[in-house]
Amino acid sequence: MTTAPAPVRTYRAHAHPLWRRALVNREAAVIGLLLIVIAVSLAVVPNFDSPLTVTYLLRDLAPILLIALPMTLIIITEEIDLSVASIVGLSSVMTGVLTQAGWPFAAAALTAILVGSLAGVINGFLVTVVGLPSLAVTIGTLALFRGIAVGLLGTTAITDFPEFWTDLARDNIPGTPIPLVMILFLVLAVGFAVLLHFTPFGRSLYAIGLNREAASFSGVDVGRAKFTLFVLSGTVSGLAGVYFTLVYSNARGDNATGMELQVIAAVLLGGVSIFGGRGALHGVIAGVLLIGTLSSALRLANVGSDIINVITGLLLVLSVVSASFLGWLRTQRLAALGRRKSTQRSVS
Amino acid sequence: MDTARVPSGAPPALELSRVVKSFGPVVALRSGTLTLESGSIHALIGENGAGKSTLVKIVAGLYRRDAGEFRLAGEPVDFTSTAQSKAAGIAVIYQEPTLFPDLSVTENIFMGRQPSGRFGRIDRKAMRAEAAEIFGRLGVTIDPDRITEGLSIADQQIIEIAKAISLDARVLIMDEPTAALSGVEVERLFAVARSLRDEGRALLFISHRFDEVFALCDTVTVMRDGSYVATTPIVETTVDELVRQMVGRDVSELFPKLEAELGDDRLVVQGLTRAGVFHDISFRVRSGEIVGLAGLVGAGRSEVARAIFGVDQYDSGSVVLGGKPLPKGNPRVAMARGLALVPEDRRKQGLVLDATVSRNVTLAIRGALSKLGLITSGAENASAQVWASRLEVKTAFLDAEVGTLSGGNQQKVVLGKWLATEPSVLIVDEPTRGIDVGTKAEVHRLLSQLAQEGLAILMISSELPEVLGMADRVLVMREGRITGEFSREAATPEAVMFAATADAGALA
Repeated sequence: MTTAPAPVRTYRAHAHPLWRRALVNREAAVIGLLLIVIAVSLAVVPNFDSPLTVTYLLRDLAPILLIALPMTLIIITEEIDLSVASIVGLSSVMTGVLTQAGWPFAAAALTAILVGSLAGVINGFLVTVVGLPSLAVTIGTLALFRGIAVGLLGTTAITDFPEFWTDLARDNIPGTPIPLVMILFLVLAVGFAVLLHFTPFGRSLYAIGLNREAASFSGVDVGRAKFTLFVLSGTVSGLAGVYFTLVYSNARGDNATGMELQVIAAVLLGGVSIFGGRGALHGVIAGVLLIGTLSSALRLANVGSDIINVITGLLLVLSVVSASFLGWLRTQRLAALGRRKSTQRSVS
Repeated sequence: MDTARVPSGAPPALELSRVVKSFGPVVALRSGTLTLESGSIHALIGENGAGKSTLVKIVAGLYRRDAGEFRLAGEPVDFTSTAQSKAAGIAVIYQEPTLFPDLSVTENIFMGRQPSGRFGRIDRKAMRAEAAEIFGRLGVTIDPDRITEGLSIADQQIIEIAKAISLDARVLIMDEPTAALSGVEVERLFAVARSLRDEGRALLFISHRFDEVFALCDTVTVMRDGSYVATTPIVETTVDELVRQMVGRDVSELFPKLEAELGDDRLVVQGLTRAGVFHDISFRVRSGEIVGLAGLVGAGRSEVARAIFGVDQYDSGSVVLGGKPLPKGNPRVAMARGLALVPEDRRKQGLVLDATVSRNVTLAIRGALSKLGLITSGAENASAQVWASRLEVKTAFLDAEVGTLSGGNQQKVVLGKWLATEPSVLIVDEPTRGIDVGTKAEVHRLLSQLAQEGLAILMISSELPEVLGMADRVLVMREGRITGEFSREAATPEAVMFAATADAGALA
């Protein structure tokens, strides 16, 4: 038999034009909301426009911004790391103890960061090699790492650090109210964004989050990918711990307690699905800035901290509700489409 | 055979006539017809996909029929739930019963309808006595007080049967009950079935094993392609006759087989064994050759494919790909060496349904598409464009989520994804399951063309006509072993079906 040459079909790459894809999505919505909050705050909140506000806001947000980067990748693979804040505490204590013991600060800081990496290795090992759920593993290591941190230093604090380094942590980019640490963040953010959005590794993370089995049938080493992410998460948390120590000149076992929830809340607000497979890094960064800016503005407007908590909490709940509502809407539309298709077919 | 027949004139216990059921565009049951008489054991046989399960699910109230008649003891019925079916006196015993493992045998039998005594208390004594009485009637010894956990599957089935009797079910359906039983257990089950028949109940027995059908049943109904073929008293038919009825169609016309030149051995599998799953599997596939791997669902074919590809492990044996040994348990190496596997379950294993067509087509070649370690949507779309058009995937946009496409188009995307890796050996597992006839033919034409271009293809399929129409050589697996190998000429439906179903011991 003869086979006619297959007609070459050209497919349109996208269902919607570029402007629509760029503007109608969750990330754009979060960025839009952030811009609105900034605009309104500038207009009505006294002192919101002072350079000091910007400096302090970014200084406080820096560790959350840093840790949100690897956390985004972890949640996209449908895992979670609850131990990050405890690693910050552990790294902070290590920095303090080693500096006090007479180590050069750079060596102490590097060791503290490596301790963070090691903590990530432990998490990664338990999740990927032993095969335990990351939720359970990191609840355990949350307590474990925090316990070691508090145990090492008791209730005391180490507050004496080389001025060169504390200044580095507190200084601004000359001529701006923006802390130097934002340069570090920017470099890491670009690195993580490229990793997530422009590498084969990043593609495999989304595949893992959406369908782990299909990913491994496509040659994705699921275990190795997740292990890598936990080590990255530990390392960045260790780095955040060093920064935290310097910026507040304070190494304590209970530093950054509870920060893991701030990080995860911001990541989810930024449009990452807790069920994995969906989300983008720019949305997460906007999410961190949104929560930070909102609470900073409210504080300046003399709103009590419990009210601030209620408002940010509501924002989160709304964002999760809106996400599942939109998902529901989509499945309804698809179902209607499917019904129409099948009736067309049965008619023809 | 002493057949207990009801007096003529009484309406049949269960009667289905020209029942239709489709799921979207896929017609699972075209014309289901079945008549069960009281006091008789009826066999239902047919290939995988013949519509037996759909028919049973309609009777059990799991599915609702689209058209056709359904009568119980002469009365028209229309079940919308399994509870209604149960209440009407129908009991279905599945291959692997689902009991509450922590409760006693008695409690399982009376789950949800425990007899109550004074003050609404559960009357344990009455419950226990009835359970013991039923077991006595069935002639089996199971302690009614022991917990269910740890009972054999055979005993669990007996408990399901006891449950059916305590409900006074008039119609008992057993869906491949013997698949997981040993010889002695089968005998005991048959004894129980016969005593139920002699009590005047109607039994339906679904099986792939002809020896059992002939040993137990009074009448047999054959189904094929979702339709009723024939009902015959068992004494008036033979295995050959039944196989002909099950297969019966002209296969060569549907499958455009192109002549291909056979080259070197591309895939050589030697003595591959995984304890309890498959045993001593040896075969080779040459360049340009399509080797069909036939057998029933559960024969271990997919497991062999997964072990070769490396997503599963194996215990012993070797795989040689393109002349060099392939390390086990590493799909990445297998892919790099030119092996591709289109898996059995495209929704779970083949595709990321929530991702776009583009991302799916390029998932397995994401490394090759990247330049300096970076991959762009542009490169992905360009590659997806090539493969989607070659396979004529029907989608308007490359960024449509694959889950929104029809089954046939989803299968084309999986095929495209693996062809994009430019393999030298392609394993396809059920390449046309659940897709419409037109797309099936397209897939067959494509596979044939690929073989002509020199690809070595191992095609696992439960559809006999597909295997016979496409394959240069047919291997048959049954219960984890290769039980037959046929050249294209020697591969008749009867021979393949026999190797797939008959006891290997009986063959020798």
